[in-house]
Amino acid sequence: MEKGFNITLRVWKKSQDEKDGRFETYKLENVIPDMSFLEMLDVLNEKLLKEGKEPIAVESDCREGICGCCGLVINGDVHGPDEHSTVCQLHMRRFKDGDIITIEPFKASPFPPIKDLVIDRSALDKIISAGGYVSVNAGSAPEANSIPVNKSLAEKAMDAAACIGCGACVAACPNSAAMLFTGAKISQLAILPQGNPERTSRVLNMVKAMDFLGFGNCSNEYECEAVCPKEIKISNIARMNREFLRANFICEEDPEMPLVFHKSTVDIPEEE
Amino acid sequence: MKLNSKIPSGNIQQKWDNYKFSAKLVNPNNRKKFEIIIIGSGLAGASAAASLGEQGYNVNVFTLPDSPRRAHSIAAQGGINAAKNYKYDGDSVYRLFYDTLKGGDYRAREANVYRLAQISNQIIDHCVATGVPFAREYGGLLDNRSFGGAQVSRTFYARGQTGQQLLLGAYSQMMRQVAAGTVKVFSRREMLDIVVKDGKARGVIVRNLVSGEIEKYCGHAVLLCTGGYSNVFYLSTNAANCNISAAWAAYKKGAGFANPCFTQIHPTCIPRSGDHQSKLTLMSESLRNDARVWVPLKKGDKRKPSDIPQEERDYYLERIYPAFGNLVPRDIASRAAKRMIDEGRGVGATGQAVYLDFKDAIAKQGTEKIKEKYGNLFDMYYQITDENAYEVPMRIYPAPHYTMGGLWVDYELMTAVEGLFALGEANFSDHGANRLGASALMQGLADGYFIISSTLPNYLANASFGKAETTDKEFKECEESVKSKIAKLLSAKGNKTPNEFHRQLGEIMWNYCGMSRSEESLKKALSEIPKLREEFWQNVKIHQDSRFNQTLEKALKTADFLEFAELLVKDALERKESCGGHFREESKTPEGEAKRDDENFSHVSVWEYAGEKKEPILNKEKLEFENLKPSVRSYK
Repeated sequence: MEKGFNITLRVWKKSQDEKDGRFETYKLENVIPDMSFLEMLDVLNEKLLKEGKEPIAVESDCREGICGCCGLVINGDVHGPDEHSTVCQLHMRRFKDGDIITIEPFKASPFPPIKDLVIDRSALDKIISAGGYVSVNAGSAPEANSIPVNKSLAEKAMDAAACIGCGACVAACPNSAAMLFTGAKISQLAILPQGNPERTSRVLNMVKAMDFLGFGNCSNEYECEAVCPKEIKISNIARMNREFLRANFICEEDPEMPLVFHKSTVDIPEEE
Repeated sequence: MKLNSKIPSGNIQQKWDNYKFSAKLVNPNNRKKFEIIIIGSGLAGASAAASLGEQGYNVNVFTLPDSPRRAHSIAAQGGINAAKNYKYDGDSVYRLFYDTLKGGDYRAREANVYRLAQISNQIIDHCVATGVPFAREYGGLLDNRSFGGAQVSRTFYARGQTGQQLLLGAYSQMMRQVAAGTVKVFSRREMLDIVVKDGKARGVIVRNLVSGEIEKYCGHAVLLCTGGYSNVFYLSTNAANCNISAAWAAYKKGAGFANPCFTQIHPTCIPRSGDHQSKLTLMSESLRNDARVWVPLKKGDKRKPSDIPQEERDYYLERIYPAFGNLVPRDIASRAAKRMIDEGRGVGATGQAVYLDFKDAIAKQGTEKIKEKYGNLFDMYYQITDENAYEVPMRIYPAPHYTMGGLWVDYELMTAVEGLFALGEANFSDHGANRLGASALMQGLADGYFIISSTLPNYLANASFGKAETTDKEFKECEESVKSKIAKLLSAKGNKTPNEFHRQLGEIMWNYCGMSRSEESLKKALSEIPKLREEFWQNVKIHQDSRFNQTLEKALKTADFLEFAELLVKDALERKESCGGHFREESKTPEGEAKRDDENFSHVSVWEYAGEKKEPILNKEKLEFENLKPSVRSYK
């Protein structure tokens, strides 16, 4: 049996009635290095419940880094100290005896807090419903191999499609921009021939939704790329901006497409 | 209970077409008058919402997490089968049908399985069209890989994230319908009861997980797309939120529960590391394409794997099953691992693991190629175990992963309650006693995209609907019973947490009703579960907050698992044969393989709720095999 160690946790607490929260301090003993970070919080919550205290509200689901449910800021790092990882993949072997660990929720105005470490990220769904799809009804598709797709392009589309929608990019961005999230979906569908017919309206509508929902703009901080658990590249933002520019050039005069589109500034980071 | 499977007439190739032609249609103008309730937003739920929305029905989708994209289908790794025969290696719809039925140990309905195989190709077409970035060959066409239980290469994949890509595809198709106004998504909702009026499912009672309010929704049909119940074992590869509650509510409202003892233990999972363990992580079955499974020849060999010479290793799957080798189906691989471990040849600190070794594949193909195929799995393994599997073999151990049993449904996917449907893993229909790899995604999408959109209209067009409103007494009664259950939990003053009860239940289930089951062990479980359940209601402790309260959610789920577990064990006790994932010690061949008993058990066991504290009633649907003669399932 491995030897446990002791830690102190400073956790953001906010009830459902409060507008703002505060940090509360908890001590936890006998933390096993092989525990995941969330299992450590499980142990703490079980202890709190048994002591008649309120457990910390914290979300997770798959615990294997793919559902995008868990999302915390640990000691100031979005998703914790490991690079390109989710909180559920973080293990306590990264910490040592006597550590003070600060835990906060993702903080971004388009993600309203619910309770303690739980936030509402449904704004990301709204961006997708603005155009993050191909309009094809079940049953109407042609034979799958009728349109060959260049392998390296398919790989690129897959790189972008790997996004888990955790919102870490938004939380890490000083402007709370969702451009990496949005750019990834736009890129995936812009690269694949299947997404081509709706290429123009997709980027216009998704960028409009993104702006409308209060997400900010990219100012080339590269923070989003640094924290993304799936290593989504910032070049996806560049591609989104090119798509956006292209759409504005070629889109025909259409009363449905107001000038508001031009609000999004076009910062084009260099393609790697 | 009347069990009419409604298998259409005609030979097996024509049944689905015959059905579709004879099914009644709903006039496009009338579709928007029908309100469809869908519980769950995984592959089955999201694809059903999309396809029904596309047809113009009004769909309301309820889901537990903050976003429908987080449903547990997202975690499926390996791939999705289809009978495209792109490799021209002898595949066909008929062979996929044969493999699936045989893989399920002849405990599934022929007609359902054939339809699944037929639809498999349409699924791939549709997913590609919706922008799913499947792996491709250099020529730009779709790539395939092999998967356990098949000798052809028919599995389509998107790296080790196929479930994610298919779910995001279905989710985006559903979000398209949200934009179109046909689908509404209600997130952070847990369904707690189903309302039946005049014999028809007409609505649901859900709890708003943020406000704690009990909400009522009325509709013309209810579709349960709520996944499986592997979490009855506490430790499984399922996500923390996966639960039995919706299906259990359906069972109590008259839907039969079919073959609950058919649970799948997946052979390649990361072993547990301690008591704090909250879940087990799957390593995709696709790894067995390139890795070799072995244990030391000698008992209790504690040497490092690299110090054990080739001749002192037992590549037991290749030895016992030369025809399929490391690619035998999951149930076979899991039990073989258990036998090795029981012989004292397990590896790792606990001795509860076997090796999954990539050394030969890396030598042959190079690290880069292996990284391209499985990079994310190796990363995941490293994050959890702190070991680099490019250098040392992975340690793996079987873990509960999937449940073939589920709500009994007829050919139209309708349960024994009119207007109540079950799709995907929540139903029992296609995988028999064992599911082959890469078939779950296929079934979820077949049910959601292509089957329900043909069968639900037939129900809606034929049924006569009386008036139903959420103010009806049927709704009020359900609401009251849900509220009183919650009030009871909120006023409980015990000192054990819901999690402790759940873990204890899991131990009972794993020890007495796990990979191998005997009359003795099952009877032991049957005596322990009711005691634990009783203790739960007397001694559970939850945080007392009627609004956002995760301990209350956990308690509600655990309470249902504590009831359901007993039915699962009863079913396992009643089924005295071994078949697929269900292994009875009393029924095995001299070599220790599962021995099926077709004479006595070639049926679906359908359990009917008889009321509180009453023994459930066992009904049987006889399985007829007109096309494939059940044979001894040999992979040697």
